[in-house]
Amino acid sequence: MNGVALAVFIFFFLLVTVVGFVAARWRRADLGHLNEWGLGGRSFGTIITWFLLGGDLYTAYTFIAVPALVFGAGALGFFALPYTIIVYPFVFLVMPRLWSVAHKHQYVTPSDFVRGRYGSRGLSLAVAATGILATMPYIALQLVGIQVVLQGMGIGGSAASTLERDLPLFIAFAILAAYTYQSGLRAPALIAFVKDTMIYITVLVAIFYIPAKLGGWGHIFDAAGQTLPHHTPPGALILPQKQFVAYSTLALGSALALFLYPHSITAVLSSAGRNVVRRNAAILPAYSFLLGLLALLGFMAIAAGLKPATNNLAIPELFNKMFPDWFVGFAFAAIAIGALVPAAIMSIAAANLFTRNIYREWLRPDATPREEASMAKLVSLVVKFGALAFVLFLKTEYAINLQLLGGVWILQTLPAVVLGLYTRWFHRGALLLGWAAGILVGTWMAWSAAFKSVAPFTLFGLDTTVYPALVALVVNLLVAAVATPLLDAARADRGSDETAEADYREEAAPPIEALAEGPGSRS
Amino acid sequence: MADRRPGERSTVSRAWYLLLLLPFIGLLWPPFYAKDAPRLGGFPFFYWYQFLWVLLGAGLTAVVYWATTPRRGGRR
Repeated sequence: MNGVALAVFIFFFLLVTVVGFVAARWRRADLGHLNEWGLGGRSFGTIITWFLLGGDLYTAYTFIAVPALVFGAGALGFFALPYTIIVYPFVFLVMPRLWSVAHKHQYVTPSDFVRGRYGSRGLSLAVAATGILATMPYIALQLVGIQVVLQGMGIGGSAASTLERDLPLFIAFAILAAYTYQSGLRAPALIAFVKDTMIYITVLVAIFYIPAKLGGWGHIFDAAGQTLPHHTPPGALILPQKQFVAYSTLALGSALALFLYPHSITAVLSSAGRNVVRRNAAILPAYSFLLGLLALLGFMAIAAGLKPATNNLAIPELFNKMFPDWFVGFAFAAIAIGALVPAAIMSIAAANLFTRNIYREWLRPDATPREEASMAKLVSLVVKFGALAFVLFLKTEYAINLQLLGGVWILQTLPAVVLGLYTRWFHRGALLLGWAAGILVGTWMAWSAAFKSVAPFTLFGLDTTVYPALVALVVNLLVAAVATPLLDAARADRGSDETAEADYREEAAPPIEALAEGPGSRS
Repeated sequence: MADRRPGERSTVSRAWYLLLLLPFIGLLWPPFYAKDAPRLGGFPFFYWYQFLWVLLGAGLTAVVYWATTPRRGGRR
């Protein structure tokens, strides 16, 4: 065990714990209301939103898994970069419309919008259930991220007793659960400042310091190019032709799915205006640049001659080998804190969905805002400990497989949520049929491909591999498009639409300038 | 948006949104860039080309933002 690294690690962990609890007093408001606890009062300006979304989307698991994939497979793993580039033009176009209509009608979740737009409880329930199911394994993977880092410091590991292995993880998560319960979305928003700063420092130091010790970038890429073909299965430094379709569909499918996840939408809706969202689409790519550099750490691990037990340990082992002890502690703390921000927001988002679209919609229609908030707080605890139990008692593999399926599933809400922002052409019944067809096809494809991220596919007589989520989305759209005229011909009820075209372009009440300020503008 | 523009001008401002298609074209067709040469600072073309698109994508989004956001008062 590395004592210095551990001490630095614990120091930063305690720091964010304090920040998490203090957050309850930040921009003080009545946290007994779901709009405040679950959306931070929809008050965050450009800078807070940048830190919050950055801390939310680029998760600890990403920091471990992307370089691990590049370490193992080479170029294919780099799809994370085009994915996180093309997502922002999409966000720039689509998310301001969602922000506006949600602000106008006080929607807290995407299901609230679907309920209002289509007057359909069934479709709204489908969207809510998909969101919750896709989020749970994602939270579990944040724990896996912490576990990998702890293992890198020599805590736990396969030889350790159950108590020694799981206790630190349990403590970390209990603390997280406590301050999320108390402070709501304000906690991850404030902690995101610490997290993102630490991640930027870690990556910038890594990309200057490590190549200098390994003989430069050219040498790193050459070493990767020589080693990758000998991996099983063989990797490649430059994307081979047979992976072109896999690469593009992974990038496009992941990009379209990212902002359908409840935790992304929660962060978008917590911002103070549609122009805050638009500005962030232009400045969030800074994190993508960071992610691309981080992915290259996988090649550095190859050039350093590391042979980790699992690919996920490539980055912790690289840091252990290259950095002085105190900086190892700093870098590991950055990743572990990196897990806390998304885990908190994900549990809040899942809690919002359950409270608004299942509890209030189906179980207690007359719940007061106060009852909603206390229900959401409770659910956020249940969700987190569910994820913890998942990681402690089941194989990590299941969490990874389920997270992959979650990506496939969440993309199937695109027609109802995203296309719904533009048109009411689709029949609500047709959208539900399309959703079901997409889920079935996507799940079946992922299942038969043994949960690899890409599945075999024959396209125009050419055998290739493809991201199942995108194929499922095409099936989904076809079913919805064919069923719409059929249901209309059968005079099936289209449901009422409580939104008007102008609602999708509504500005926030205060003038634009007042929203541009950073932290403290309301205090 | 606060000020509604006459039809002609809003068509012009809508055309700016087409710029947002460029990153999709530049990145979703790997045959464009799946090669090693030319290298830049040791980086194979495959890698530095995609990093370049981070900057281009953000720049294009910023341009569209400025071109389509209504200005108030004396600024422009």
